[in-house]
Amino acid sequence: MSSSQPEPWVSLKDIKKNFAEANPGLKQKEAVEEANRCLYCYDAPCITACPTGIDIPTFIKGIATDNLKGSARTIMESNPVGASCSRVCPTEELCEGACVLNDASSPIMIGDLQRYATDWAIKNEQQLFQREKHTSSSVAIIGGGPAGLSAARELARFGHEVTIFEAEEKAGGLNAHGIVSFRLPKDIVEWEVQQVKQLGVRIKTGVEVGKDIDAHLIMEMFDAVILAIGMANVPKLGIKGEELNGVYDAIDFVKETKTRPLTKHLAGKRVAVIGAGNTAIDAATCSVRLGAENVKIVYRRTQKEMTAYPFEFEFAKQDGVEFQWLSSPSEITAGKDGNVNGLKVKPMKLIQSMNDKRMAPVPIEGAEDTLDVDIVIRAIGQSRHSSLIEAFSIDHDNGVITVDPETLATSKENVYAIGDSIFGKGQGEAMVVSAAEQGKQAAVSVHKALTEKNVHLA
Amino acid sequence: MADLTTSLAGITSPNPFWLASAPPTNSGYQVQRAFEAGWGGAVWKTMGDPILNVSSRFASTTFNGQRVAGFNNIELITDRSLEANLREIEETKRKFPDRAIIGSIMVEPQQEKWHEIVKKVEAAGVDGLELNFGCPHGMAERGMGSASGQVPELVEKQTSWVKEAAQTPVIVKLTPNITDITFTAQAAVQGGADAVSMINTINSLAGVDLDTWNTIPNVAGKGAHGGYCGPAVKPIALNMVSESARHPEISVPISGMGGVSSWKEAVEFMLMGASNVQVCTAAMHHGFRIVEDMIDGLNNYLDEKQIYSVNQLIGQSVPKFSDWGELDLNYRVVARINNDACINCNKCHIACEDTSHQCIDMHKDDQGNDILQVREEDCVGCNLCSIVCPVDGAIDMVEAPRQTGDEPMTWNERQSLLSLMPAK
Repeated sequence: MSSSQPEPWVSLKDIKKNFAEANPGLKQKEAVEEANRCLYCYDAPCITACPTGIDIPTFIKGIATDNLKGSARTIMESNPVGASCSRVCPTEELCEGACVLNDASSPIMIGDLQRYATDWAIKNEQQLFQREKHTSSSVAIIGGGPAGLSAARELARFGHEVTIFEAEEKAGGLNAHGIVSFRLPKDIVEWEVQQVKQLGVRIKTGVEVGKDIDAHLIMEMFDAVILAIGMANVPKLGIKGEELNGVYDAIDFVKETKTRPLTKHLAGKRVAVIGAGNTAIDAATCSVRLGAENVKIVYRRTQKEMTAYPFEFEFAKQDGVEFQWLSSPSEITAGKDGNVNGLKVKPMKLIQSMNDKRMAPVPIEGAEDTLDVDIVIRAIGQSRHSSLIEAFSIDHDNGVITVDPETLATSKENVYAIGDSIFGKGQGEAMVVSAAEQGKQAAVSVHKALTEKNVHLA
Repeated sequence: MADLTTSLAGITSPNPFWLASAPPTNSGYQVQRAFEAGWGGAVWKTMGDPILNVSSRFASTTFNGQRVAGFNNIELITDRSLEANLREIEETKRKFPDRAIIGSIMVEPQQEKWHEIVKKVEAAGVDGLELNFGCPHGMAERGMGSASGQVPELVEKQTSWVKEAAQTPVIVKLTPNITDITFTAQAAVQGGADAVSMINTINSLAGVDLDTWNTIPNVAGKGAHGGYCGPAVKPIALNMVSESARHPEISVPISGMGGVSSWKEAVEFMLMGASNVQVCTAAMHHGFRIVEDMIDGLNNYLDEKQIYSVNQLIGQSVPKFSDWGELDLNYRVVARINNDACINCNKCHIACEDTSHQCIDMHKDDQGNDILQVREEDCVGCNLCSIVCPVDGAIDMVEAPRQTGDEPMTWNERQSLLSLMPAK
């Protein structure tokens, strides 16, 4: 079908432009005006609403008084990935949602101001924190994503020798590989990684723990270990045709746009994305920006049940993504060339569920529809790194690591876990900002344990 | 439509908004543009012996993003010849006979010099004269401007010299760079002034550049004090007008100025005794058309209050202005927070807690919502909370009922009662 259509023309230049950061950021005058609008509340609810507790009125005051270094430092002090979070946080549900001006006028654009201050620090190549002491303790952090970087930064500031083991070629985790470039450009993440590196943290990239290095060896070599291993790839749909040419895993799909040169391979194609979380939105908007002719999100529930943030949903709609609700894929079909040429979907209806707060979808008997598509991208959540967890011999519940909620310690002594790997079912979508906070918390726990141990030894 | 016609010592104008003697009234071209825009009068930029100006003259204060919160200048009186100014005054008066044109003048403190300039300027057809005893920089070094205006004897003497020659009303413009302006105002009255105008600019240094450490403004790396005006000086000007208005020896009309930026300040100055107002900084910030809203806003205010003539405002609030010793010591207001309007910024709490009387508590109500509450028994009625509150209607200062024994009593009454008590 697609072969009979004329070759669509889209230039690589256009595609590259499509992947440049979508939000232009605040201009200097805008930022200062907005900063001056902040009331500088006492005991401000925006601070409480921020999982990392950034002193928002203080950093905004810094923008108003031309103290941008102080402003950036205030942000990054509380949140080691504050530059990324300014772009990816669901601010209307967090700080901006709590702003007291919501009723009186309109909330302060906290996210954009946070970006303004951290952009200044990036542009002016500021090293915001120094390592002031050195201890003899060593800590291994498995995973260089937001949680791991956050823990590493704090532990290094406490003076400990920190080594991050990162399976990918570059540290940054979800921020580096999983969030689309037009929302979070990679140089932002690289700066945050650099800030951590400059404190003396060793980052061993391309090292997969459990494969390249034994988990038990790490536990022997280091005084403490923090697992910040995130989530794995998207599971299979369990339908016919998944092995066909043209079926992608959304995580890999997005990662490719961030780690390899952009290509025209999706130009003119018709894409179906299965699932309606933030990753599904990312896969869909990436497809649009790669030149796809039509992009549909296929979801077995409705808009009401989807897990994507409202602003992500809006963003996708503005990119022209279509939404096909109450449709469950049943088979991926191929043409003679072995390439995907269709997605069969069953119409669904929602019924009350016994064990889920959300309505449960059940198929309606009869009619099955076939969507003419060239590409199918599955984005139905992520699996767990269960074998890696097993390698550390720690307790877990279906791949969700069991931790003490206070200390983030696992069932095994000196081993801690943070980030996506401890988010359980029903806990909702894990946020970058929560991972950053857990990194800080775990760093405090580890530091306390190491200090106590050293005192004991002395 | 209310009647906005005003008269200052017999000088009438269709509305109370005059442009003050300043850069906006430097030429016929400018004053005619101002009159086209609607200004009721203009005090021509001070004429005298030709001067030399420096380059880099103005500076302003930006506060939390608000530009020109205050304005500073080191410009001197007119840099144009007296002949050119007089020719343009004549032409402007011919084109706008209903507007007031006042000639501002300044010469060295010599009788014949004053006589000479008075005659020349009046010959051009001005409606009145304003003596510049206020300019705080440049001219003062030559014994003129505020150097004269700070010495009551010189004010009186020079005013009387002018009055010997003047046919039109004489307004004496006073400097605020003095401890008590009523002394120089009285001197002006004793010298025969028909009106006084106040305030001229306040000695000021606008700022220092944080990178070069030069003053702002700087002239080839050096600065000198200038004169401050604009919105920031209004309370100072308003006090000086009020003190003069209630002074029994200052029996002449007052032309009020200093931070008049809209019709609202005009109403305030007139309520405190000014017969009209003069404006400069607002025009320099926004252009002459700013007078349109001044006129319209004043009109609507008067209509709303069912006041037929703007003159009915003059001095209405003067009896309400007195000395601290005349205030009732037993009167009490307390803050009351309206939690429906409150947005919980907690600014009132921290302002009271850190810097006032520690009487606003942060609580939770029955539903667990954050609320702020005033312990009225500890509230001294300082108003700070209501001042820092960003939301209208969230904090009211309400009158507390008088307790027995709280009958009105001023400090002065208390002192005289005490003096009557027999000594032990």
